[in-house]
Amino acid sequence: MTTQQVEPAEQVTSLRRKDLLGIEELSAEEITLVLDTAEAMKEIGSRTIKKVPALRGKTVVNLFFEPSTRTRTSFEIAEKRLSADTLNIAIGTSSVVKGETLVDTALTLEAMAPDMIVLRHQSSGAGHLLSRICKSAIINAGDGTHEHPTQALLDAFTIRERKGRLAGLKVAIIGDLVHSRVLRSNLHLLTKMGAETWVCAPPTLVPPEMRRFGVVVTSVVEEAVRDADVVMLLRIQLERMEGAYFSSLREYSTVFGMTEERLRLAKPDVIIMHPGPMTRGVEISSEVADGPYSVILDQVSNGVAVRMAVLYLLAGGADHEEAA
Amino acid sequence: MPIVMDADRIGRTLTRIAHEIVERNKGVEDIALIGVRRRGVPIAKRLARFIADITSHDVPTGALDITMYRDDVSRHAVGLQPLVRRTEVSFSIDDRKILLVDDVLYTGRTTRAALDALIDFGRPKAIQLVVLVDRGHRELPIRADYVGKNIPTAPTDVVHVRVQEIDDRDEVELVSGGAA
Repeated sequence: MTTQQVEPAEQVTSLRRKDLLGIEELSAEEITLVLDTAEAMKEIGSRTIKKVPALRGKTVVNLFFEPSTRTRTSFEIAEKRLSADTLNIAIGTSSVVKGETLVDTALTLEAMAPDMIVLRHQSSGAGHLLSRICKSAIINAGDGTHEHPTQALLDAFTIRERKGRLAGLKVAIIGDLVHSRVLRSNLHLLTKMGAETWVCAPPTLVPPEMRRFGVVVTSVVEEAVRDADVVMLLRIQLERMEGAYFSSLREYSTVFGMTEERLRLAKPDVIIMHPGPMTRGVEISSEVADGPYSVILDQVSNGVAVRMAVLYLLAGGADHEEAA
Repeated sequence: MPIVMDADRIGRTLTRIAHEIVERNKGVEDIALIGVRRRGVPIAKRLARFIADITSHDVPTGALDITMYRDDVSRHAVGLQPLVRRTEVSFSIDDRKILLVDDVLYTGRTTRAALDALIDFGRPKAIQLVVLVDRGHRELPIRADYVGKNIPTAPTDVVHVRVQEIDDRDEVELVSGGAA
């Protein structure tokens, strides 16, 4: 019973889910839907008035238990561009400091009926826990070492923007694979969308389950980079490491760091990506980070468009629960 | 399923509307055509061509996606959201007379959304509404300035406008409510 002339053939099923917790459970069609929607969202950012009323009156809570600059501000801008009311909970100043659990924090928020919660938490699966308790739609902004789905989506958007497609491209991901949720989300996405994916790291930083993703694993960075269409660098996450994974940062950067010289092995129109924050001189040299092949800053601006798309598509799904 | 307008009829109607636009605006120097996605866009482009034939003047043409401005976002019971497409308006709309072009005028809510979207883009001198079909049943105080054809309908009827550029043929079909 629509009151507007919307042709049935043009209606596309929204993300038929309440939450976005990971890429693993998304189909290739859903991923494509997010990317297509993000293209329209990107145009809004080029207007003088960067605002549309789509989420007017909806409340979105940004609940970040881990530090973040780019992800949190990216979500905040995305929410505001859709006219949603945003609430930022900085854990350091909340009652979590007094020992309140994740569940209690969420139930307290739930009592104020937010429509959506964007959650970043140090425990893998935190979003799944919240989803079972809260009626709000949960968007995973990074849970432990599990997934960071909006990062993978904005990476895919950036690749598709530059290359026109994802299928058949050689994508090399180099860096700390063990502690990276960005990696996991990207692997799910790239394999679903048909990209030829290579991962490269010192053997100590390659998790055993890499095999099951159907990706090529190597510890020789030149092999990974050779003829690559996309080179994605991941930061060495010292804050997550307790054991001695390699002898020194300098050794890592000598053997694995992306330099202009190594980059020459890739295709001439290769693009360099990094989810940020970068450690210049370790996994990536400054020349490469600031060079002509780098799309790192595009990733950041595309992040807003992709997050707008996710928020918009899930907002339609939120009412789906009530009807069902 | 009655075809209410065939390709010839649509062609003659758009030619007539193009002439009306030129006549009523006393020339076309300060006008621009903006089609409402989806099918308003090829109709707007055709009107621009006809106007160019008449006046030898190229009228700027753009495409507007109003999905973000609808008043029924997230109200669909089973989570269906219309696909969002790009808005492309590469010229300034300030101080121009904007001709909003759509295929069907029904409740008026799409036009209301389009007006909101346009106002966010700038301050036009005036906005006029061009529709190929007016099927009645307005729910808002909205009216068209140029109408291709008035088609009386029941609320359960569906009007299908098909255009060559998207559907490989030009026609307007009226499907009565009992059938769907």
